[in-house]
Amino acid sequence: MSKVVLKAIDISKQYRLGQVGTGTISHDLNRWWHIVRGKEDPYLLVGDANDRSKKSNIDYVWSLKNINFEVRQGDVLGIIGKNGAGKSTLLKILSQVTSATTGKVKIRGRIAALLEVGTGFHPELTGRENIYLNGAILGMTKSEIKGKFDEIVNFSGVENYIDTPVKRYSSGMMVRLGFAVAAHLEPEILIVDEVLAVGDAEFQKKCMGKIKNVAGEGRTVLFVSHNMQAMSSICKTGILLKNGLIDEISDINTCIKKYNGLFGESVIGELSIKDRLNRTQSSGNVLFTNVQAFSNTGKKTWDFAFNEDINFDFNCEVRDSSEGLLFYMAILEPITTEIITNFKEIVKKETILKGDKINFSVSIPAKTLRTGQFLLYFAIGDAKHQKWFDVVDNNINLPALNISAIDMDQHYNSGKVSIPYKLTVNN
Amino acid sequence: MATNKFEEDNEPWDLILEPRTKWYSLGLSNILRFKDLLFLFVKRDFVSVYKQTILGPVWFFIQPIITALTFAIIFGALANISTEGVPPILFYMCGITLWNYFSDTLNKTSDTFIANASIFGKVYFPRMIVPLSLVVSNLIKFGIQFLLFIIIWLYFLFTNNSIHPNSTIMLVPILILLMGFLGLGFGIVITSLTTKYRDLKFLISFGVQLLMYASPIVFPLSLVSEKYPQYKLILLANPITGLIEAFKYAFIGVGEFNWLYLSYSFLFTIILFFVGLIIFNKVEKSFMDTV
Repeated sequence: MSKVVLKAIDISKQYRLGQVGTGTISHDLNRWWHIVRGKEDPYLLVGDANDRSKKSNIDYVWSLKNINFEVRQGDVLGIIGKNGAGKSTLLKILSQVTSATTGKVKIRGRIAALLEVGTGFHPELTGRENIYLNGAILGMTKSEIKGKFDEIVNFSGVENYIDTPVKRYSSGMMVRLGFAVAAHLEPEILIVDEVLAVGDAEFQKKCMGKIKNVAGEGRTVLFVSHNMQAMSSICKTGILLKNGLIDEISDINTCIKKYNGLFGESVIGELSIKDRLNRTQSSGNVLFTNVQAFSNTGKKTWDFAFNEDINFDFNCEVRDSSEGLLFYMAILEPITTEIITNFKEIVKKETILKGDKINFSVSIPAKTLRTGQFLLYFAIGDAKHQKWFDVVDNNINLPALNISAIDMDQHYNSGKVSIPYKLTVNN
Repeated sequence: MATNKFEEDNEPWDLILEPRTKWYSLGLSNILRFKDLLFLFVKRDFVSVYKQTILGPVWFFIQPIITALTFAIIFGALANISTEGVPPILFYMCGITLWNYFSDTLNKTSDTFIANASIFGKVYFPRMIVPLSLVVSNLIKFGIQFLLFIIIWLYFLFTNNSIHPNSTIMLVPILILLMGFLGLGFGIVITSLTTKYRDLKFLISFGVQLLMYASPIVFPLSLVSEKYPQYKLILLANPITGLIEAFKYAFIGVGEFNWLYLSYSFLFTIILFFVGLIIFNKVEKSFMDTV
């Protein structure tokens, strides 16, 4: 077994909340000082922001409590959990941005954290100067950067602008340059936050590819994301955090299953998306309330065999009247490549009214999708296609569509889709 | 598993993160590892200041000259404060040049945590690198202003016989170093104390200004000894007094050079710097939670 490169021993992190209770003298002095000047108690605001799920009468909150785990060399560990579960706090502690309240972290080898691309870029400096600066901030020495300079510039694709101040760069160029530097960092342990995955599709792919590469080289990666598809394709082991506690440490797929279960719905087969708030775009008159995948026998599932028809049932709720209804759906391959985009159909031509419930189904014939995991992306808008009312993408942790093989025929098991074709024997 | 345990225990850990470290572990070796970053920060600070200016570093000349001229008019001509027989421009330049190094260093370093919160929140490197780099980049700026002072000094040296440089001039590098570290010491203490409560920051903006008048910049120390001996002790409690007086004495031959004053400034600087370092190291661990 490979050696342990990172060991977290009983780490806990406490944050202060609210104004209730005695507080320290300095807090009281400050509070007094605010009140004297007729201002609001500054600690009230803090308390409000942290009161997420339930109201607490305690001044302090444990953002992490008694976290114990170890990571072995070459492991790719995914850290998952809902917002506020303590993922970012854990990353901050591991990357030394802040320290734990109690507990220890022991580390072997160089550790580097990528919580942001292009940290410390100075707009007045040229691309060249910023490569050196950013590299050094990330922990490289000047000679290391010098050795990799040409590679970095090549990778970034901004050769022509390398002696121009980065304030003249487009934001895309800035991100590319920042990532190029980060990609050439060679720590033994790399910590990557999901914020990395905010660029365009190409950039995301580059990031994911890089993380895979790093893992392939036998280095250790700790990865935080809400994108379960990315997680399951990259990580081997997982840690599921829940309210600052470790809920599960095991292989990544077990963690993901349990994580999906946290949302209180039977995700397998049916997905209530009515109350999900983290939608990309949901300003509209019509909202999806429920999506359900089912087999021909009516069984609710997101797991299909290659030779099964795949059916989806969509439910929408009309919040405000609309001139007709247009539906669009795409099937994506993890993480972001669109594979099929031809689901586009007028669902209703006539005006729909507030309070209407709309239900429709989509059916995909068997053997269309090859084996593997696929993601859904769907949207609803008005019939004239002027705007989208609701878009559901993988911001909402949709379950992936799983197509499993029915035999060992490798030709069926590779590729992404089947298309109809005709073979004619001419002699 | 048992064999594994054995293996692990034998191999040392490279890094152990703990909430509390011993107060004397100042992490100086870590700073050495990041020395490249220090110089890149210096370069950044220096280069970015005069990018898109036509005069560039010449601006560093203009500031002390204008200040010295203003002082010469207000304190010299109008208020008629003695400059001990030395040409006023030279007398003021002497004080201002060294004072500026202190005040620039103090002003910049006292904002370390707040000004760099966005970088500090994303990546770890020894935080001390930032204030240290400011000491160095201000040293370069000081070097330019010092050059200007030397030019003016040489001019008066050959045209005026009231100037008597002496062997104490050998001490000048030490005086400059002490001045820098004094500014750094005050700066890191203040930045550490202002991450949570910003009140002290307001004090700084005019406090530095007031401190200048409590240092013998626009007047000679001898004037205080003569006219207000009861206040002399206050002036001497200011560690800058000894340094400025020694600096003036070295170049111009006026002022009170006193080993006692100098030793006081030296001890004050050393103690302040180490106290600052200890507080700074304590604060840097978790200031992100309160900044």
